[in-house]
Amino acid sequence: MLRVLPRRRRDQVVAAVVVLLLAAGLGVWFAVRAPAGYRVENRVITVRTGPHRDRPVPLDTTLYVPDTTPAPAVLLAHGFGGTKASVASDAKDLAGRGYVVLTWTAEGFGRSGGQIHLNSPDWEVTDASRLVDWLGHRPEVRRDGADDPRVAAVGGSYGGALALLLAAQDRRVDAIVPQITWNDLGRALFPESSGAPATDGVLKRAWLGALFADGLGGSGTAARAVPGCGRFAADVCAMYRQVAASGRATPAALALLRRSSPAPVLSRIHAPTLLVQGLADTLFPLSEADANARGITHAPVQVAWFSGGHDGGTGSAADHDRVRFLTAQWLDHYLRGGAAPADAFTYSRIIGYDRYDATVRTTAFSVRGGYPGLTAAGTTVPLSGPPQRIANPPDGTPAAVSTLPGAGFAGVSPATEVPGQAAGFQSGTLDRPVDLSGAPRVRVTAPVGAVLFAKLYDVGPDGRQTLVGGQAAPFRVARAGPTTVTLPGMVYRFQSGHRIRLVVDTADQAYAGPREPATYTVAVVSGLTVPAVAGTPLTDPAGIWYWVLLVATVVVVLAVVAALLTARVRRRRRQRAVVAEHADTPLVVAGLRKTYKDGFVAVRGTDFTVHRGQVVGLLGPNGAGKTTSLRMLLGLIRPTAGEILVFGHRVTAGAPVLSRIGSLVEGPGFLPHLTGLDNLRLYWRATGRPADTAGLDEVLDIADLGDAVHRPVRTYSHGMKQRLAIAQAMLGLPELLVLDEPTDGLDPPQIAEMRRVLQRYATDGRSVLVSSHLLAEVEQTCTHVVVMRRGELVASGPVADIIGDSPSVLVSVSDVDTAEPLLRKLSGISSVARADGGFVVELADLPRRDLVSALVSAGVGVDRVVPRRRLEDAFLALLERGES
Amino acid sequence: MTATPAVESTVDGSATGYRAAATLRVGTEIRRQLTRRRTQLVLGFLVLLPVILFLAFRFGSDGNDTSTQDQSGGFVTMAKSGAANFTVFTLFVSASFLLVVVVALFCGDTVASEASWGSLRYLLAVPVPRSRLLGVKLLVGLLYSAVALVLLTGVAMLVGTAAFGWHPLRTMTGDSIPADAAVLRIAGVVGYLAVTLLVAAGLAFLLSVCTDAALGAVGGAVLLFIVSSILDQVTALGSLRALLPTHYQTAYTDLLTEPVQWDQMARGALSALLYAAVFLSLAWYRFLRKDVTS
Repeated sequence: MLRVLPRRRRDQVVAAVVVLLLAAGLGVWFAVRAPAGYRVENRVITVRTGPHRDRPVPLDTTLYVPDTTPAPAVLLAHGFGGTKASVASDAKDLAGRGYVVLTWTAEGFGRSGGQIHLNSPDWEVTDASRLVDWLGHRPEVRRDGADDPRVAAVGGSYGGALALLLAAQDRRVDAIVPQITWNDLGRALFPESSGAPATDGVLKRAWLGALFADGLGGSGTAARAVPGCGRFAADVCAMYRQVAASGRATPAALALLRRSSPAPVLSRIHAPTLLVQGLADTLFPLSEADANARGITHAPVQVAWFSGGHDGGTGSAADHDRVRFLTAQWLDHYLRGGAAPADAFTYSRIIGYDRYDATVRTTAFSVRGGYPGLTAAGTTVPLSGPPQRIANPPDGTPAAVSTLPGAGFAGVSPATEVPGQAAGFQSGTLDRPVDLSGAPRVRVTAPVGAVLFAKLYDVGPDGRQTLVGGQAAPFRVARAGPTTVTLPGMVYRFQSGHRIRLVVDTADQAYAGPREPATYTVAVVSGLTVPAVAGTPLTDPAGIWYWVLLVATVVVVLAVVAALLTARVRRRRRQRAVVAEHADTPLVVAGLRKTYKDGFVAVRGTDFTVHRGQVVGLLGPNGAGKTTSLRMLLGLIRPTAGEILVFGHRVTAGAPVLSRIGSLVEGPGFLPHLTGLDNLRLYWRATGRPADTAGLDEVLDIADLGDAVHRPVRTYSHGMKQRLAIAQAMLGLPELLVLDEPTDGLDPPQIAEMRRVLQRYATDGRSVLVSSHLLAEVEQTCTHVVVMRRGELVASGPVADIIGDSPSVLVSVSDVDTAEPLLRKLSGISSVARADGGFVVELADLPRRDLVSALVSAGVGVDRVVPRRRLEDAFLALLERGES
Repeated sequence: MTATPAVESTVDGSATGYRAAATLRVGTEIRRQLTRRRTQLVLGFLVLLPVILFLAFRFGSDGNDTSTQDQSGGFVTMAKSGAANFTVFTLFVSASFLLVVVVALFCGDTVASEASWGSLRYLLAVPVPRSRLLGVKLLVGLLYSAVALVLLTGVAMLVGTAAFGWHPLRTMTGDSIPADAAVLRIAGVVGYLAVTLLVAAGLAFLLSVCTDAALGAVGGAVLLFIVSSILDQVTALGSLRALLPTHYQTAYTDLLTEPVQWDQMARGALSALLYAAVFLSLAWYRFLRKDVTS
């Protein structure tokens, strides 16, 4: 079908088809890739809750219903201080994966009613249980039994603890994914790193303040709330005021916090649990997830650590992907019977900082066989340093800075120390990297009652130190003798050449230490135990890119090969076609036409032929289309219509038959930095033909450049370049020589010589096609002539025919008026026309001498009688017309 | 002039001894380009650059080490810590601009300069098939680019060894890679750079077949590269930036971490490959249909 179209049109059709295919491909790609659709329903669900399940609390909910139902459901809970809107993007993601997702604003927040009870089993957990009831009645939700929807609970921080507590309280929950959450809220807020109970813990004051502030917000609620308590329930607010004021936890406060903790109820959880904990988390460090993992005894548990957390956000892009992947895999398996997740614990280590994305960059590791805990076997790094006396500042000020809650330490750790308040103990320079993954331990002696903070620094060769994990481990010395301090879990690599530094501090800005000034002597009595798990680096989930790269490479290579092959086949077919009747004719031009893109018609239908032995002149003024015709003849320009046959082969770009043509078109073209000789040699080398067929010496004789052939071409005059170009055209003695204005720039003797050369060249079956705008040149050089004007053929034929004796003469006379009637009366004359100063007379059979004698005898003086030549007539006429 | 014309015996009507596949051989094109002063100057400069850098380190004021704790300062300090670091530093400072210019020069000037000299039409009239002309030109352009890259790396390695000794490679993340392994890493960096520079090569080549102005082709390619780099700094563009041809240009630094991070480089290589394929396809499409009027 394409064959019937003109070539140009055919190209456009092909291009259009390619574009359409691309567009269609992209469309399909987006259709396949775009998450499946879902609809969103906002409604307020009023649940009966409280200790007696009788208090109505309106909850602001959003239900995301996927296109295909019934489907398993996911309860997606938000973090402290957030609303259902904070988890909207995760909800859409899960809905896109085909889950019915229910998000709601927890009571005490946003537009929901009720108060903040800190995930109390009587309140928030019951709320969630009621929502499970509600899901159980929705037709869109798949059911395991009456009132038992297929449902998972997913959430981070506040929402994560809710998921754990809900699974413990409500057996209908089929899977949970609690993220960055706590095990025991009392211990998380009053950490103590030597194993003492939370009553001896040190208040994480900065975090507690930040969290409490989150619960104070909400407009329009202040009126019904106790001033300063915001929407907190009275018992929670009272607890906060007590612990914040004293800095110590009372048993009552701890009991309240324990009620809000999964710790006591973990053994009741039967839902498969994926615990995701952050490595950049000073609020709920790895130990919280560790305790949860150990506490859940009746359900499968998988643990993953990622580079984010309450300080680090979503962490690195790779970790974000990994957590999403693990969550989806967990839900798919336990809610839909998808592929079982590998029994592997995964974690990541920060390896750098992505300046462009402003996130950390991590590498992920996988440990087969599941979670190894925080105290895996590792190495012990000796620490040295004398016992040091350090001061506890009054009221904990000034204090060292370990981390600012929630500010993150992705780029640079903000850690500072206060001189005189920190004791440092350092390892030697590491001769090999030391990997840390877990909670390091060290034994320290200090006076009983002292509250101290242990931290780990990585000291570089240049002395710069970095606080590892942004963490500080508070401990209270309970008895005389060594105290074992367990630092928070971290993942880090100390490079060789670096040193590990343990710092023991008396005050930390994020914690509430004792207010009385004191001085302690601190000593380290053991090495630092550094646990390490042997993980294998993970390439997934970015591994897809390797395949994409591989496939793309293969496709590109195949496309190139295919293009080469088809081009070769097409070329061969085209090149072997030969028009037999012209097989021995050097050049046949038929109906040649060229219209440029801007509409300019350079050549409009030209026909001419060059036979063997002819020197054909292509004559025409500038702009007649001579050069365009020659360019088409060489395959440089594609004709709009018509064709050119060289020895019967159709000329196309790069047609092999062009190797039988030598050419000079529109001036010479040489590499200016090479000598004339090198130019000719390299040119011949580029033809790939045997060097001995070049006839280099002969053409150099013709060029007659003497020693100049050894000079760079850029030093040549125009005439020298022109002669070199003619020589280049004659290399290999081509059967058809095409020369465009060859005498341009030559001086008269050289022009005469060139004439002889060309005439000689055409004597043995070779042919020459010369273009020129000079009549005399064509007349003296050529056997045949083709006259062009404005792209059109004006005349063509043997020069002798066109120039030869012409029957018309120009007669200049002394008396025009007398002469005219006389001439018209003469017989043997075809026509008479006035020209300036005389007449152009076309003689039929009257000899010129009779014409003259007739005029003279009539008394008309004859000044001159000149034969008029047709070629000149034609040429002048077209020049005149061109000017008018 | 007395020899009779060869009797035509070839199927495709070509002159005796002519074979399309023998025209403009790679070796010929290498010679044509090597004789150019431009080629010699560029390669010479790349040999000189590590020496200049060394002299700058050697005679420049040492500065105050504590005041150079920022990123660039750290880099400068590390550059002196051994041959490997010196080489990485040399590549780092060259990759984003100098090498782009060099590659754009080798690949962007190659066709356009022939057009401006007028020699292109004579090559096409030989005839060198257009596709073959492009193929050989591109291959030789890429070859010179590769030589430039390897030359710079090799000389930097030699100068670095002579000046700072053969020490482990210290990386920005604080890792220390044994010198022998570091050679492999550096080879990887060079390989990745070579792949990403294919974009510059492809773009320059495309411009080269579209214009007769050699400088225009080179400058245009470099300009578009700079624009892409600038857009890449605009974080507001978000993930759209990943579509920019220069987005993964610095992903080779992932080779200098422990362990090596491959994913960004895989994406970078993919992006470079696709861009290069698109640019080169357009170059071929354009040139095979072009009316050569130069």
